[in-house]
Amino acid sequence: MIGFAAKRLFGVAVTLLVAAAILFFLLDILPGDPARFMLGINATEDAVAALRTELGLDQPAFNRFFIWLLGLFQGDLGISFSQRMPVTQLMAERLQVSLPLALGALALSTLIGLPIGIFAAQHRGKLGDTLAMVLAQIGIAIPNFWFAMLLVLAFAVTWRILPPGGFVPWGENPLLALRSLVLPTIALALPQAAILARVMRTSLVDVMQADFIRSARAKGLSQSQAIWRHGVRNALLPVLTIMGLQFAFLIAGTIIVENVFYLPGLGRLIFSAISARDLIVVRSAILVLVAMVILVMFIVDLAYALVDPRIRTGGGQDDG
Amino acid sequence: MQIIEKTVKKTLLAASIVGLSTFGAFASDIRVGMVLEPPHLDPTAGAAAAIDEVVYANVFEGLTRIDQNGGVQPSLATSWTISDDGMTYTFTLKEGVTFHDGTGFDADDVVFTYDRARAEDSTNAQKGIFAPITSVTAVDPSTIEIKIAQPQGDFLFNIGRGDAVIVAPESAETNQSNPVGTGPFKFVQWDQGSRVILEKNPNYTGTPAFMNKARFVFISDPNAAQNAMLAGDVDGFANFPAPESLAIFEADPRYQVVRGSTEGETILSTNNAKAPFNDKRVRQAIAHALDRQAIIDGAMFGYGTPIGTHFAPHHPYYEDLLDTYPRDIERAKALLAEAGYPEGFEATFKLPPPTYARRGGQIIAAQLREIGIELELINVEWGQWLEDVFKTKNYDLSIVSHVEPFDIGIYANPDYYFQYDNVVFQAIIEKLNVTANEAKREQLARAAQRILTEDAVNGYLFQLAKTGVWNTNLEGMWPNSPVEGNDLTAVRWTN
Repeated sequence: MIGFAAKRLFGVAVTLLVAAAILFFLLDILPGDPARFMLGINATEDAVAALRTELGLDQPAFNRFFIWLLGLFQGDLGISFSQRMPVTQLMAERLQVSLPLALGALALSTLIGLPIGIFAAQHRGKLGDTLAMVLAQIGIAIPNFWFAMLLVLAFAVTWRILPPGGFVPWGENPLLALRSLVLPTIALALPQAAILARVMRTSLVDVMQADFIRSARAKGLSQSQAIWRHGVRNALLPVLTIMGLQFAFLIAGTIIVENVFYLPGLGRLIFSAISARDLIVVRSAILVLVAMVILVMFIVDLAYALVDPRIRTGGGQDDG
Repeated sequence: MQIIEKTVKKTLLAASIVGLSTFGAFASDIRVGMVLEPPHLDPTAGAAAAIDEVVYANVFEGLTRIDQNGGVQPSLATSWTISDDGMTYTFTLKEGVTFHDGTGFDADDVVFTYDRARAEDSTNAQKGIFAPITSVTAVDPSTIEIKIAQPQGDFLFNIGRGDAVIVAPESAETNQSNPVGTGPFKFVQWDQGSRVILEKNPNYTGTPAFMNKARFVFISDPNAAQNAMLAGDVDGFANFPAPESLAIFEADPRYQVVRGSTEGETILSTNNAKAPFNDKRVRQAIAHALDRQAIIDGAMFGYGTPIGTHFAPHHPYYEDLLDTYPRDIERAKALLAEAGYPEGFEATFKLPPPTYARRGGQIIAAQLREIGIELELINVEWGQWLEDVFKTKNYDLSIVSHVEPFDIGIYANPDYYFQYDNVVFQAIIEKLNVTANEAKREQLARAAQRILTEDAVNGYLFQLAKTGVWNTNLEGMWPNSPVEGNDLTAVRWTN
């Protein structure tokens, strides 16, 4: 097991290094000078040159790459070109919104998606199943920004019971902060819930055909007892993998929903940094996200290996 | 009596709860929506208009101030004299002024600010403003003397812009995140990605602001902007991002739509050094093929004023040249044939992100197709535009709104991305720059406009509108923007 983990950890390190190199050099060949961007088209050449020097952009690409890497090893993500603030601080501020939003949406989608999936599997082939799956299909098909706009129209513009967007910092008023996250959480959670419901249903239907369920039924358990005691637990593995991926998506891939609710989340930070050629923010923030996804996958892998010995031994007969 | 007191208390409590909620504001509190968030808050170190739109005239002040009609008013300088040769300006400074951090303001701060902006390592986006200055001297704590190398007609206007606001040596380095100025509002906090909060400066010595608190809320999505207005989450947008939504607000008595103008001349930028656009007849043919009103109606929903040259129509020096090239397809085709392109030609058309460019580009492409010019539309981001169009001049046509006030001088620089090189024009601008006499300046400015139109340097389309949407009960907002900024000093609630 330790050997397996060490092998995987080495893989993680190499992946990260390659990701860092790709991120750096790909963005470096992107057209557009950050200094010119910041000073505008009427700035004099010498002012632009002075800013390039100040930002360290006059050094060769390889030097800048190694300076950046060295900083990363020390936990220093660099200083934003345009905002002149440490990237770590900028990201930390945005995580105030993105983290609770992602966790809330994940929790809500689990609470809605799993019961629907289990219900559909229980009533496989019957009307309930069909209805649940049609609902899930609609949930997946509806673009979440459009759904978000409907929510705003109903709850903020017409009934005025929730804010149409924006965010009040937690420290200022936790209740208002929570209120500003209600609609975005729902808008994000529903499509994810639809996906979870489908995965849960398929996985549970598969498990229910396994031999151990037949044995459980033969032992005298009822269908629903068999589902709850043995089926659901075993069917959760693929669902957990999907949830791991969903969490990564919810942390950074929510830019569209953030735009509809003008929330100061991580997605908008990266988006505005790209359009402002604030390359250091783009690089560091994306690398952190890459690291998070790799880490989640690493943990899922380890969890699998713990649960299923065939994975860590390679599955061969004479291995291990 | 007690009952009344209780009722009053209850009402007050209820009112304060309503006030605390996100819907409803205190009558001395304003929430202004903005499309772009400033990258930082130091107007002396960046070109982004959003910086000035938050801090200009609110947090920071210059020696002079630009009023809503584009006139020059006293600000930190209460008065000034100009020597007979036009090369020495002596300013008398306001006394008893302090910066928001409590440090005093005097002539030394002015010397510091101007020397910093014109230093070799200065990163001021409008360093050109300070280029003519040869010396800045503090005569005494409340008198400053500025010498310039040659007389300059628009010096007092230029030093009233956001790039020339006075900063203190104690806070200059940290103004980007914690701006410290002398203005009627002081900076409270900036929630990155979300909003900037200002509050009234109690020690302000000039006319105090009506508002106790001002919040700038950043909403980039046009739909979200509309919802925020309709839900009462913001009190207004100085320039609403979606012209197609304005009809909704015009029809609703809760809102007023304030139509004004910006300093943005929206032009069909043309690469004058590249064939076939180096031929004046080709450029004139394009001018004959353009239907400005169709572009304004189609791309801007009717908001915008047609222009015939590179000059703002609301400026007193504006020369109306709209009829120089009436829409005439036959004439345009004849000009193209004369230039050697009877069948027309193909060219590229690089369009930056703003609506005016992306939508306008499609309409212009359709109009030029009528005379045989086939345009390949290429959407570019601003970063790519700066590189391809502005810096390396690798383009045929583009659309950009040039938002600097009084910027006809850019045509005198043959290296500017239009690559227009006309010595007669350059001589006129050179003379204009050193002329202070109003009548003579006007004469020169008009002559310069006529040359640009005669040469059809670029396709002149329209002046970008400023369309404010505000709560009906607000007054005192600027309809036009002669400089980049949202001066909130005179804004107040009427209910």
